[in-house]
Amino acid sequence: MSTFLSLTVYGLADGAILALAALGFVLIYKATQVINFAQGEFLLVGAYLFYTCFVIFRLPLVVAVVAAAALAVLLGVLVERFILRPLVGENAISVIMVTIGLSSVLKSLVQLFFGTSVREQPKILPTTQVKLLGVSIQLDRLLAIVIAGIVLVGFTIFFRRSRHGIAMRAVADDQPAALTMGISVRRVFALAWALAATSALIAGVLLADLSAVDQNIAAFGLVVFPVVIMGGLDSVPGTIVGGLTIGLLKSYVSGYADAGLAEVIPYIVLTGVLMVRPYGIFGETRIERV
Amino acid sequence: MLTRAYHHALNSSTIAPGEPVLDIVDIGLHFGGVTALKDVGFRVTQGHIHSVIGPNGAGKSSLLNCISGLYHPQEGSIHLHTASGAHELTAMQPHRIARLGVARSFQNIELFTHLTVLENLMLGRHVHMRHGVLASMAWFGPARRQEIEHRGLVEEVIDLLSLQPHRHKPVGALAYGVQKRVELGRALCLQPALLLLDEPMAGMNSEEKEDVARYILDVHELAGVTVILIEHDMAVVMDISDRVSVLDFGRLIADGTPDEVKTNSQVVEAYLGAEEH
Repeated sequence: MSTFLSLTVYGLADGAILALAALGFVLIYKATQVINFAQGEFLLVGAYLFYTCFVIFRLPLVVAVVAAAALAVLLGVLVERFILRPLVGENAISVIMVTIGLSSVLKSLVQLFFGTSVREQPKILPTTQVKLLGVSIQLDRLLAIVIAGIVLVGFTIFFRRSRHGIAMRAVADDQPAALTMGISVRRVFALAWALAATSALIAGVLLADLSAVDQNIAAFGLVVFPVVIMGGLDSVPGTIVGGLTIGLLKSYVSGYADAGLAEVIPYIVLTGVLMVRPYGIFGETRIERV
Repeated sequence: MLTRAYHHALNSSTIAPGEPVLDIVDIGLHFGGVTALKDVGFRVTQGHIHSVIGPNGAGKSSLLNCISGLYHPQEGSIHLHTASGAHELTAMQPHRIARLGVARSFQNIELFTHLTVLENLMLGRHVHMRHGVLASMAWFGPARRQEIEHRGLVEEVIDLLSLQPHRHKPVGALAYGVQKRVELGRALCLQPALLLLDEPMAGMNSEEKEDVARYILDVHELAGVTVILIEHDMAVVMDISDRVSVLDFGRLIADGTPDEVKTNSQVVEAYLGAEEH
């Protein structure tokens, strides 16, 4: 029982962070139809941006978070403006190739400036042990779940209710109509990338705090794919369900069976889900008519 | 007829009735070697219902797309007259043209099908809202104030078009005729200075057509909104239009009052075909 509970908490913490990373991916796909293979690298860059502000420049925690978020927004907007916008109208495969290239560039830039060794960063979330139903659990995992949960709920409400969120959904739905409503599609695209970079930054910082500031953060981002494909490429709630499912699954399998198997299991389950629901659990069924 | 008082003016144009609101001068639109429009020009007068008619493929929708900025004609000019002066539309981005008060509906309904009726209509208010992304995230404060303020006008449009029972339904689930009405409503929420309607009655039975014609006339009489209307039903066009322009093969073949157009030999030929001699 105690093993089960701690595995559950660890799984939920990982899953919530995955959901955040996946959220950025879905925002970009929904608004701009771009499949962003560099999402994992956005987490990596986010974590190192925060490391730079917090450790190298010794900014106070809150200032460092705000500064890193501002830089992440800037990065998102610049990537959209100078890399993706010239590709509007090109076929999907070309755009995917460019995002794969972008992922290599971002990863290499991080290595260029910070090397490949693990960076020391003081823990932000307290690592004290707390008792939960008689089982001692590290507090930082619980806090990570709470923070990720708040951000996810916040983004969901923003997307559903606010004027800008509705404008983003309108652009995803019907671009010419959105234009004739006076919505600037370019602005919406930039907003999607900025929000995606922000959610990736939060995910990256949380992940770095739970594990370490190193290159593995990008590898963690790779699991975003099973999450979004399972939940549905264009579904915000799908990222939460998919993220938590994959997080828990990995945690249970590595706890009860084998850590190696835990790396593969998301893809095995993904294959199973796709056989039953080819558009993911919440994804929209698209039927292309010729 | 309208039974209650409306507080918001649906017409945002301050041009005096009878003055020109839109001047289209010799526009030409080409797609590669295909000429969609050639030397098309006419004037739209404030307060008129101005119909554009013509056989299928005559270029009517292309013309509307030029006015709303979705197409950029290679030749000619389109000037929109507003209180702040004349604006040249042919090189302008569509969202800027929308901000000048040009609203439209589409031939094949282009609604945001995943959004509710209310959200679709609120998007019509988008250009009038001023708060930025950060205010929008905070929600309380300017964002909330503005939404409440704009909701007032949206509710009047809902009332005007009898959309009350559908307010919170996703648009994709609604009947065709209702969707057409929602699209008209969304355009009205923009408080148009000029309203472009692309076949608002297409695919409807005569009863539904009568309803839509009534709505258009209500909007027109109540708010004095200038309307450019594309419609195939000649009885309706001749009945409600102040002026009619006729296109055929991308060229303007007639422009005048319904009675003038009805008797124009070129128009009769375009519709019925020339008699063989």
